Amino acid sequence: MLKVLKSGFFTTIQDDGRFGYRDKGVPVSGAMDAISFQKVNDMLSNNIHDAALEITMTGPTLEFEKDTHISLSGAELSATLNNTPIANNEVHKIKKGDVLSYGKLEKGLRAYLGIKGGFIAENKLGSSSLYTPITRSKCLKKDTEVLYDANTKFTPKQQELSSDAVFNETVITVYKGPEFGLLDNIHFEKLFFYDFSIAKENDRMAYQLEELIAGHSDSMLTSATLPGTVQLTPSGKLIILMKDGQTTGGYPRILQLSEKSICVLAQKKFGDKITFKLV
Amino acid sequence: MNAYSISIKPFGQHAVLIEWPKKVDEGILNDILKFNAHIKQKHLQNHIWETVPAYNSLTLIQKDSAIDFSAIETQVKSWYLNMGEQTLVEKTVWKIPVCYDLDFGIDLEEVSNRLQKSTDEIISLHTQHTYTVYGIGFLPGFMYLGGLPDSLEIPRRASPRLKVAKGAVGLAGKQTGMYPQESPGGWNIIGNCPIPIFNGDKKEPCLVSVGDKIHFHQISRAAYDLHKIEGEVGIYQLEKEGVNA
Repeated sequence: MLKVLKSGFFTTIQDDGRFGYRDKGVPVSGAMDAISFQKVNDMLSNNIHDAALEITMTGPTLEFEKDTHISLSGAELSATLNNTPIANNEVHKIKKGDVLSYGKLEKGLRAYLGIKGGFIAENKLGSSSLYTPITRSKCLKKDTEVLYDANTKFTPKQQELSSDAVFNETVITVYKGPEFGLLDNIHFEKLFFYDFSIAKENDRMAYQLEELIAGHSDSMLTSATLPGTVQLTPSGKLIILMKDGQTTGGYPRILQLSEKSICVLAQKKFGDKITFKLV
Repeated sequence: MNAYSISIKPFGQHAVLIEWPKKVDEGILNDILKFNAHIKQKHLQNHIWETVPAYNSLTLIQKDSAIDFSAIETQVKSWYLNMGEQTLVEKTVWKIPVCYDLDFGIDLEEVSNRLQKSTDEIISLHTQHTYTVYGIGFLPGFMYLGGLPDSLEIPRRASPRLKVAKGAVGLAGKQTGMYPQESPGGWNIIGNCPIPIFNGDKKEPCLVSVGDKIHFHQISRAAYDLHKIEGEVGIYQLEKEGVNA
């Protein structure tokens, strides 16, 4: 068992997502930065579907009640094990009673904590990813206990992992979205020649951008949206849907982020700058 | 032969969007659902693909790997042209109980004033018509319903509420619908349904599918209270009728 001594700002259980229910309005969920999530499982030779913790901005304090191995990736949050700093992108051996805590946010926004064999959490509609009301809780609270199996025999394979390429990236690679055609030259200039900053309204559902571009008066019938869909509101606001985003929407879908750029964006926080690059 | 000309667009690395003519039309919706059922039975592997039908579109999403757009575009065209007529789409008419008491229909009196109709007339108009589910989205189990009579069209509330109750039934523009969970919302609330339409604990979490029909019927406060308890312990069954399209 993993005991949550302090919850941190927003810590959730995530796996690779909940598939097959989008026609009933259920978002796909899953890790926001799928690349860092995959790294924590890879380092532990886990199954790609195994659940990890997604830790946002301010980390929790966690006590392990069984021996195991863990791995950290994603945002750099000054993690310490029993008050000794430990590095991202490495496997760490855990003894019963060890306490993992996090400090200052150095880079990125979302950190991942993987555990040998994955965290064992309530599986709803094929996934352990927390999303209310599909799951009872939406994040871990103080005194929550998360199950895992003890593990002592694991020997991590030696591997070189590139650590932080994603954090320094500010270019968001996009494809044309289904309603790209409604954009004109005034839109293009703003969209592709200027920086945008991440607005305060950013979470697992969507990232809004601070700067407005020209609006539009297009009216479309509600249609499917995806993680990474960039919607343009009539007033010219840009909203980028993320993993817990709604499955349908009525705003024009002007751009669609590449899968990698969804991960890049997931590590951005309020005030960070991005630019769009059309491929 | 198929009656509609469809367009196929790339939608990121994992999805394609198929669009029918831009109209709210049952014939179009039925054609989309027929094609959806056809490709799910014959062409797409369900564990890799999921599909989202809504109004005039069908989106195909590949779970794992990136898709080759030009290959899938050719396939989709050929599947559509060769679909044939054999695919039957099961549809259900759901009878949804609604209590229109003012305790639940918190905007009913205001709607009555603005539409210049008595509350009884509004309830009677709302329950006379059968609505078509054109899409499910926004929230798990939230239905986009078409078929509202013009006489019940009323704009959204000027300022949305931070909390609309689970089960709240409302009016907004050309739409009527129901909040499957407590949520912020700007619809005019005229009643409440005691039975959950969406239940994440069930393997099939949402009873209703796109293309189904919804018929609201009025129940008393006493029946509401009873059905609420029956719904919570899982013994209430919504009344339904099957129809094939």
